[in-house]
Amino acid sequence: MMIIRLAFQSLLNRWVTAILTVLAIAVSVMLLLGVEKVRTGARQSFADTISGTDLIVGARSGSLNLLLYSVFRIGNATNNVTWKSYQDIAKMPEVSWIVPLSLGDSHHGFRVLGTDTDYFTHYKFRRGQSMTFSSGGPFKDLFDAVIGSDVADALGYKVGDKIIVAHGVGNISFIEHEDKPFRVSGILAKTGTPIDRTVHVSLEAIEAIHIDWQSGAPVPGQGVSADEVRKMDLTPRAITAAMVGLNSKLATFKVQRRINDYQQEPLSAIMPGVALQELWGLIGTAETALSAVSAMVVATALLGMVTMILTTLNERRREMAILRSVGATPTTVLGLLAAEGGFLTLGGVVFGTIGLYVALYLARPFIDRTYGLSLAIDAPRPDEWVKLALIVAAGFLAGLLPAARAYRLSLADGMMVRT
Amino acid sequence: MPELAAIAIEKRREDKRPSDAVTFSNVRYCWQKSSPFTLSIPRFALARGEKLLLLGPSGSGKSTFLSLLAGIVVPDAGHIDVLGTDMSRLSGGARDRFRVEHFGIIFQMFNLLPYASLIDNVLLPLRFSRVRRQRALAEGPLEEVASRLLEALGLETSIITSARVANLSVGQQQRVAAARALIGGPQIIVADEPTSALDRDVEGVFLELLFAQSTAAGASVIMVSHDEGLSRYFDRVVRLDEIAVGTRERRS
Repeated sequence: MMIIRLAFQSLLNRWVTAILTVLAIAVSVMLLLGVEKVRTGARQSFADTISGTDLIVGARSGSLNLLLYSVFRIGNATNNVTWKSYQDIAKMPEVSWIVPLSLGDSHHGFRVLGTDTDYFTHYKFRRGQSMTFSSGGPFKDLFDAVIGSDVADALGYKVGDKIIVAHGVGNISFIEHEDKPFRVSGILAKTGTPIDRTVHVSLEAIEAIHIDWQSGAPVPGQGVSADEVRKMDLTPRAITAAMVGLNSKLATFKVQRRINDYQQEPLSAIMPGVALQELWGLIGTAETALSAVSAMVVATALLGMVTMILTTLNERRREMAILRSVGATPTTVLGLLAAEGGFLTLGGVVFGTIGLYVALYLARPFIDRTYGLSLAIDAPRPDEWVKLALIVAAGFLAGLLPAARAYRLSLADGMMVRT
Repeated sequence: MPELAAIAIEKRREDKRPSDAVTFSNVRYCWQKSSPFTLSIPRFALARGEKLLLLGPSGSGKSTFLSLLAGIVVPDAGHIDVLGTDMSRLSGGARDRFRVEHFGIIFQMFNLLPYASLIDNVLLPLRFSRVRRQRALAEGPLEEVASRLLEALGLETSIITSARVANLSVGQQQRVAAARALIGGPQIIVADEPTSALDRDVEGVFLELLFAQSTAAGASVIMVSHDEGLSRYFDRVVRLDEIAVGTRERRS
């Protein structure tokens, strides 16, 4: 008890260096916990993007690829799924609902998704939450579009505005479907998922804007006007992927197998959760590297602390001699220095943790807006507590290093005060 | 060999007068095991209640003598008996406890922990010694005992309660150090040139106050100095070269 008070008073006496050391440790702890928060936040974000969908069906490809392009709008489909296959799957008795997805066009860098109105009722995110409209409603007319909140914010669109869809998915596109403009019929509320950055139109509209195209380019002189197209048969020939909901989760493997063995066309059916696990496996290495770097930063901060204590040691030999003269054993001196290391690290861990939460609180709206990453402000999880405790223990042990030196010095000096 | 050791102890007990606080017999100390320098003190005694001045020029081994006396270093040969206990037979930790129980130590300067209050500085030994703590408690609440002692050593109340160590003059610091050495009534006060940084007139006042308190407590005082002018304040003056021999013998 007395040792702790003396160590504390001695530290207060050297408060500038002590505060700087605590700060260095605090920053490193912030980094360590912050990396963890971003990591879990990113995982949660990904996991929250899709919920309630049992299978995703697309052309035969890797499950990760299919998941990424169908749900996260990352990358492109390798092939299409014919409308007939889609209808065959829809007719399976186990299938409760099925929503088509047709990708390939864009609007100012935002992907355009052709689907039907079931999409707005069946697509669930963040543990079963449904989409809601912040204004307007689902598409009623052929050339109606529903836009995500980020699209509306970025481009300043309101319900009723006209937009032109471009062919291809690049940021800058040279071929536009300018002859068939769309009207914004609804704007979705923020979801924190790729939906926010998507322009939704009906499957028929996708068909309509491509009806006079061949091989990915408009055929000159054969243009079909927007009014003419309404009278034509707009049954899609193919879609990119489909989301499937089943009557019973127990049937998932059976249906998956049946789709994978579908004879007329090579198809893949994936379970979103399983594909996500594959994704974690893939980015796990990068996460580990990131965690390792932040652990190294903590180690560096502790080294800095050891250096700080060691450099003050010489001027504190007098202090040690005084303590020895009043009966402090060399072990007391050892404890004093070790307690000092423990104090500094504990201070760093406490301030680092507080700092992280303050930073999270302040930066959260910005991160959510810019990266679509919603970081949870929740209490440290048990493994984070363990990490923090380990850091304090490491600090205490690191403090033993200068303490051992002080121990030797105080044995050698005895009570001789050297200046 | 235990019989021989027992005989040796018997013999030493005969040499020792019960009125002695400290006796050195055939002490030899070597600074470094490889160094040829040794300090030999065949015989030295400090009586209980005695105020002794040990004179010697710097570098003559005064500090080493005090280290031996306070049990900070252990002699390579011979015995140092303090209040009936052979210090060299105690373990390191036991020597530390023994020291704080029976010795009050005043250094030349920089005696105080700069970050602790004056009262805390004075109370420091009580935190390491139960015996001295009990003795001090018998006189009253610890803070009051410390304050009274500081006042008796000539520090003003306003300084005692509010001054920081860094703002004290050297003379004031030495008074606080003296109070720390005296509190809880240790039997031997060891002082290593405590007045060397003080002015002549302050020096006399300091020693008189110190002795008044040590006499009241019945403690012996042993002070080392190179200053013969201090002799008049002491019961006995010993020159280090009278009792100690520094040799340059080659060890095999």
